[in-house]
Amino acid sequence: MGQIQGRDGSRYKTFSRRAMLLGGAQGLAFVVLAGRMYYLQVLKTDEYTMLAEENRVNVRLLAPLRGNIVDRYGTPLATNRQNYRAVLIPEQTPDIDATLDKLSRIVAISDYDRRKIMRDVKRLPRFFPITVAEDLTWDQFAQVNINEPDLAGVAPDVGETRNYHYGAELAHVIGYVSPVSESDIDKAGGDEPLLRLPGFRTGKLGIEKKYDAELRGVAGASHVEVNAYGRVIRELSKDPGKPGEEVVLTLDMAVQKAAWERLEGQSASAVVMDIRNGDVMAFVSTPAYDPSQFNMGYGEKAYKALLNDPYLPLVNKAIAGLYPPGSTFKTVVAVGAVEAGVDPEQRVFCSGSYRLGNHDFHCWKKGGHGSMNMHDAIKHSCDVFFYDTAKRMGIDAIEATAKKFGLGQAYDFDVPGEKMGVVPGRDWKLATQGTSWQQGETVITGIGQGFVLTNPLQLAVMTSRLANGGYAVKPRLVRAMGGSLVPQPKPLKMDVKDESLAVAMGGMNGVSNEIGGTAYRSRITEPGMALAGKTGTAQVRRISKAERDSGVIRNENLEWRQRDHALFIAFAPVQAPRYAISVVIEHGGSGSGAAAPVARDIMRAMLLRDPELQQAIDPSGAAARKIKES
Amino acid sequence: MLDLRRFTGREMRISDKLIEFNWGFLLLLAAIASIGFAMLYSVADGSFSPWALRQMIRFAVGAGVLLVVAMIDLRLWMQLAYPIYGVALALVAAVDIFGVTGMGAQRWLDVGPIQLQPSEIMKIALLLALARYFHGLTLEEVSRLRNLVIPLLIIIIPVGLVVKQPDLGTAILLTASGAVIFFAAGLRWRYFIISGAAVLAAVPIVWSRLHDYQRNRVFTFLDPERDPMGAGYHILQSKIALGSGGVFGKGFMQGTQSHLNFLPEKHTDFIFTMLGEELGLVGGLLLLSLYFIVLMFSLNVSLDCRNQFGRLLSLGVSVTFFFYVFINTAMVMGLLPVVGVPLPLVSYGGTSMLSLMFAFGLLMSVYIHRNQEIPRGPSAFW
Repeated sequence: MGQIQGRDGSRYKTFSRRAMLLGGAQGLAFVVLAGRMYYLQVLKTDEYTMLAEENRVNVRLLAPLRGNIVDRYGTPLATNRQNYRAVLIPEQTPDIDATLDKLSRIVAISDYDRRKIMRDVKRLPRFFPITVAEDLTWDQFAQVNINEPDLAGVAPDVGETRNYHYGAELAHVIGYVSPVSESDIDKAGGDEPLLRLPGFRTGKLGIEKKYDAELRGVAGASHVEVNAYGRVIRELSKDPGKPGEEVVLTLDMAVQKAAWERLEGQSASAVVMDIRNGDVMAFVSTPAYDPSQFNMGYGEKAYKALLNDPYLPLVNKAIAGLYPPGSTFKTVVAVGAVEAGVDPEQRVFCSGSYRLGNHDFHCWKKGGHGSMNMHDAIKHSCDVFFYDTAKRMGIDAIEATAKKFGLGQAYDFDVPGEKMGVVPGRDWKLATQGTSWQQGETVITGIGQGFVLTNPLQLAVMTSRLANGGYAVKPRLVRAMGGSLVPQPKPLKMDVKDESLAVAMGGMNGVSNEIGGTAYRSRITEPGMALAGKTGTAQVRRISKAERDSGVIRNENLEWRQRDHALFIAFAPVQAPRYAISVVIEHGGSGSGAAAPVARDIMRAMLLRDPELQQAIDPSGAAARKIKES
Repeated sequence: MLDLRRFTGREMRISDKLIEFNWGFLLLLAAIASIGFAMLYSVADGSFSPWALRQMIRFAVGAGVLLVVAMIDLRLWMQLAYPIYGVALALVAAVDIFGVTGMGAQRWLDVGPIQLQPSEIMKIALLLALARYFHGLTLEEVSRLRNLVIPLLIIIIPVGLVVKQPDLGTAILLTASGAVIFFAAGLRWRYFIISGAAVLAAVPIVWSRLHDYQRNRVFTFLDPERDPMGAGYHILQSKIALGSGGVFGKGFMQGTQSHLNFLPEKHTDFIFTMLGEELGLVGGLLLLSLYFIVLMFSLNVSLDCRNQFGRLLSLGVSVTFFFYVFINTAMVMGLLPVVGVPLPLVSYGGTSMLSLMFAFGLLMSVYIHRNQEIPRGPSAFW
């Protein structure tokens, strides 16, 4: 470089200096880059590794298998079955309508379904699978599979869904599951991701609702590797979760079926209870609905038909049907009266009516029963005797006794939706009607009319407490859950003398087993199986004086809504009581004519199913088999 | 070093030039390009198609171009400097008129079967023209204002056309490499200070004229988390990929971010990220080191050259190369906004590969003709 002359030399020197400077700057820039790489790849690598994992790994919830529901002998009542369905992932189709049109060539999609699907599309994130068709037949499912490339965004999917082995027979016990609604999600606090799974269902009524948490189980999770578009590349690990617990009911399905068949076609309900521990053996309300249809989505029309049915199939009458107990209430009044010091042998003369002030209270029997003691009064269901007894003991004693026997209260029963009914009293009337109690009201309460309202479950509890020696049993439907028995506190002995109970029970025995008893025709004749009952006929209309004079119109001649409710309560076997039953047939006519024969048949079925009694009365088991088969 | 002319007094023959040619340098470029081939092979999940093989062919063609360009006498390049610049300018102007729109900007010119990107040609033409111009000026003349009008126009006219396309990245690159030639030619410091201040003053005005997508890039650069699913997604995913690579990487073809498509544009602008994810800090630093060796070799070429044209030209080439490397890597590391600048020799792309190899051909021509003294001549427009 020595030859570089004069003036060029200076610019070369400047160039070299500045070029070196640029070289240095480049070196510095590379140091910065290397430093940045060190920062990202060494100092922050843990954080970014985690973020990369979050990108890559998706957690997919696995719906746990819902717990089975079985009866006390393990008969499956509600289990799960495979459900073939088609799901739609909105972001994977350019035109949802076109896709649904194509799909509807394989599976019918009603306008109603389509509206529901479009609502879900709007409501949920675009990548979320939405169930568009369920319960596909194998053929339809295969068609969806074959045509998958043509059905953009539609994927075939197999899930588990609820399988109800019985239909309406158990609807009011088990209830049903149905797809999750927005309000369910809100109630869960919005953070239960399981509820957002397509096709997931929650219990909406009955046992399914009450024990939804236990039946549901714990969600599992599948860790899958996904790409940036959310497509699953492979499964990394899987946690199967915990299936829901099995719920064992106290119910005996054979008895339940027998009861259902006996009541079907009427607007009625019946409850059978074990008087020692409150185990509900049968729990029927007719008519009912098909729980599987709720599971799969009731059609608009079918649902409207349910709503408009005058027999109210959606109402669980065994707990939400409130009826005046009628003469069945006389059993409790009798116990209360004896407790209050009334001598059961004291006779009252029934002339057919009872005068209080200037008002006549009529006995159901025109012409009267004549002279009656308490036993006869129960046996013949004499109204005048109980008008008089009620007046003598006073409303306070009636109220206290009725409450003691479980009326006017809810038991936190395993089937939600109990209505408490009414046991009237001075305070109650002042609080609800704003007027003071009248003696006439005491008199009418004495025969279970007036304000008093009960549901069939309460009547069964009342009968149990009468027949079990005065123990305050509470009804229950769930015997075991998740493999362990539900603990049951020993029922407390109530403050009732055995003699008082004996009077009422003796009277009931008279009703069923003594000639002249109101339900003598509906007795059980097999030795050791005899029941003791009490009829009740609850008036739903006022009978005018004119009508009474010209003869009360017979129930058969009235329109259905005007007819009396038919009630019957009973316990059996009469010598060593084990079971109690209550039957209410809405507008069924008289207790003795309509309710007693039904109650007898159900009770008979019950007794034949009892393992201990079976040994004693039906050693060959032939009769029991016959019931089971029917 | 061999200086044949000094001993023989004759012009160099092709055979002389082939001996002078620095084959080691070409090998170095091949090494860098090979890293690119490997990554392109990985991007395609272990396949030479569609990218790796075509990139190899391009590199081979590029190497041929490099060799031819290097053989041409530097004095001829000097004579061709203005004509080439003129043609390039005409092509850039033609893009504005006939150009094909792609990626929201007009950058391509359809010439029969090939798509020409005149801005790539302009990057080289600009260096040639400026080197040619400053070759004719003494140090004192360089800093005279009237002598600055022409070189400024040489820069401003194409920059203005490119901005119109709009291609902000190229415009900035052209301006920067032009400025480097000014600097190396010996323009006084105060001019840089003054124009630096002017640029700062112009920022608000330029800002008001930027396109929304350009502004968004700046916003996103300043705060990538601002919009992690939208504009910030690229930077964020790139940083995640790099960071999760760690020191030794996840292994060749094992990058989750890249293979599961969380990383965008991984065969072009974000290929360095993929390298960092799969081969880690070690792989990234290796590539950066290779680049640095190229730069230091180029610097040495500039310093060794005995004519001003060659010095300026070679420095311009190497600094432009540096800009590419730095802008691309700094971008994928989240140090600079996302600008569409490929990683030289590694990113998939035909035009940039060829123009880059052409530029290195010029560098090599300077290297071969480093002892050729070229008189300053009567004027810059001789």
